[in-house]
Amino acid sequence: MIQNIIINGLINGSIYALLAIGFSLIFGVARIVNIAHTAFYMLAAYFIYVGFGYLGLSPYVAMPLAVLAVGLFAVICYKLFIDPIREHEAAVLIATIALAMVIQEALLIGFGGHYLGVPPLIKGYAEIVGVKVTYQHLLALAVALLALFGSWLFLMKTKPGLALRSTAQDREVANLMGINEARVAMLTMGISAMIAAIAGAIVVPLFVLDPHMWMHPLIMMLAIVVLGGLGSMKGSFVGAYIMAFAEVLVVFLVPMGSFLKGSVALSIMILVLLIRPEGLFGIAFEEER
Amino acid sequence: MKKATVVWAILLAIFFVMGVGFPVWGADEIKIGVIGPMQFTQGEGHWNGATLAAEEINAKGGVQVENAWLPIKLVKVDSNEFLSIPDATNAIELAISRHDVDFLVGGFRTEAVLVMQDIAMDNKKIFMGCGAAHPKLCERVKEDYDTYKYWFRITPINSRYLVKVDFILLGMVAKIMAQQLNIPKVKVAIVAEKAVWADPIVGIAQKNLPKMGMEVVGVWRPSPVATDVTAELSAMQRSGAHIIFTTFSSSVGITFAKQWGELKVPAAAVGINVEAQKDGFWAATGGKGNYTLTINTYARVKITDTTIPFYDKYKKRFKEAPNYTAGTYDAIHMLVDAIERADSLDPDKVVPELEKTDKMDTAGHFVFDETHDVKWGPGFVTALGTQWQDGKNVCVWPLNWKGITYEGAVPYVVPPWVVEAYKK
Repeated sequence: MIQNIIINGLINGSIYALLAIGFSLIFGVARIVNIAHTAFYMLAAYFIYVGFGYLGLSPYVAMPLAVLAVGLFAVICYKLFIDPIREHEAAVLIATIALAMVIQEALLIGFGGHYLGVPPLIKGYAEIVGVKVTYQHLLALAVALLALFGSWLFLMKTKPGLALRSTAQDREVANLMGINEARVAMLTMGISAMIAAIAGAIVVPLFVLDPHMWMHPLIMMLAIVVLGGLGSMKGSFVGAYIMAFAEVLVVFLVPMGSFLKGSVALSIMILVLLIRPEGLFGIAFEEER
Repeated sequence: MKKATVVWAILLAIFFVMGVGFPVWGADEIKIGVIGPMQFTQGEGHWNGATLAAEEINAKGGVQVENAWLPIKLVKVDSNEFLSIPDATNAIELAISRHDVDFLVGGFRTEAVLVMQDIAMDNKKIFMGCGAAHPKLCERVKEDYDTYKYWFRITPINSRYLVKVDFILLGMVAKIMAQQLNIPKVKVAIVAEKAVWADPIVGIAQKNLPKMGMEVVGVWRPSPVATDVTAELSAMQRSGAHIIFTTFSSSVGITFAKQWGELKVPAAAVGINVEAQKDGFWAATGGKGNYTLTINTYARVKITDTTIPFYDKYKKRFKEAPNYTAGTYDAIHMLVDAIERADSLDPDKVVPELEKTDKMDTAGHFVFDETHDVKWGPGFVTALGTQWQDGKNVCVWPLNWKGITYEGAVPYVVPPWVVEAYKK
């Protein structure tokens, strides 16, 4: 049973981490609580479905195209809906909720409430220490880890990454140092949406597509981000695995209550917050800028 | 001047009485409100079934009432009941007050239909239920006949009968597996989405399966919208289950089947999986849902003489097989027969005629019981057990069940990887 818990927890945790890190990035850099983040994840999944199912593209072509398209779409949305009201954080929050709802309704009109699917890139399964794991899950794990590593490399080893980190540390000082903060925010929006889109591309062959598929991951992602500490990438990473392992543990230890796996994970979040309100790796509220 | 006012008042009163008392007078069409979640498969089924029926009836000249031939006009009413029950109540109010429909067919979620039923009954509108299975909807007819007599359920069979069929299917598969694979005692894992309607099924299964000679190895209750059940499937495999007894009505049914097939979990999946009733299931699971067995209403088998022609016509027109909400087709035909027998659109005259319904229709032999619920059993409507076999959803039950075999039914097939796992 322990093997099952470890393997399932690792896979789910990596997908959650991918979602949470993008969300943390845009919050950390631009102080935007982007509720539409998981709607971008959903949009990527639908783009892939259209590319594969309707346009006959190979999934290997459809997936990168979908990631780029979502990044571009996010930048356009940022310019049109978020940039003009950026100074009003509450308004931005509401605008992103509205954006997510618009995306949901548009997909509902376009595709109806049907449950759709995309076949796996690699069929079959492997047995790892007696646990059956589909190749697609293993691929998802590998791509998620690669994407997480790629994000780390981008942030730590590139000039735009440096600009992002310095803006996250102090917007005003970064501005004074010649960094175009507005442009960095727009770039971050695009990058974080692309990270969400990669998560969407990974899960599209595993999950079922429907116009409400953005809601459950949104709740989990918010919980992870709060648990890890708002704006902390490291916190998001660790929080994602804590949540995923909590979910898997519930399924194995309390099978009759497997529907409670989300609630248990959220309860852990509340517990951590009671002990450490700033989250695991967050900045204490009183010290926050 | 005073006289003229009196005359006008009398004329107005006469028109009012005529309008209220003689609904057919002046009517040039029969408006039927088709109510359902139109953005979803269930609503599409409602609308498509009703469309076919209306077109057929209108092609024959319409409905003959009081020496007039009235065409049927369908009014599409989106209840959005999947997402919001208040939307459903607003929709039915709109259908009655603004569109002035004469009759209603459809409804899907019991919670929404209970409310819509009240509104329809208050307005004395005959409502032919084609989607909700809860017994309460029909029990109300018995409890308060004068108020609820305008309600009739056409599809599906009520949830008590659904459970009966569910256990018949489980028993059939257990017997086949025991014989074919020499399993002395079949072990069953119960998996049911966490929803109120599924709770009694889980309770009954835990109580009854040991009496049926089977062993329950565990119960799993994932969320109806769970996107990943690999952990649950791993746990079921560890439990040594030979059969997974499913109770799903939501998207988790696809997730489950997709991952069950991909992981080749060595246990046959049997039970209720509403998503597996739809043609889109095969594509949504990428074919991994092969060998899934579910309760169903329609398949290309000869339940009656009209089943296959209806099935083919529906599939040709809408590019998919009818799901159970397409029972609006039967509902409208039954309603029209009753209107013609009553020779009136007056609901109080049509209701007694509907009660006399004794008709072979596409889903079986329709007779209503005293609660206006469709009768279930051999010789009436039975429902079906359908299994996905290499891209086709084929009927595997009834097959020699109490003397009933529908022409076109084929034997159940144990998934090959399950055979492989237990072959001795």
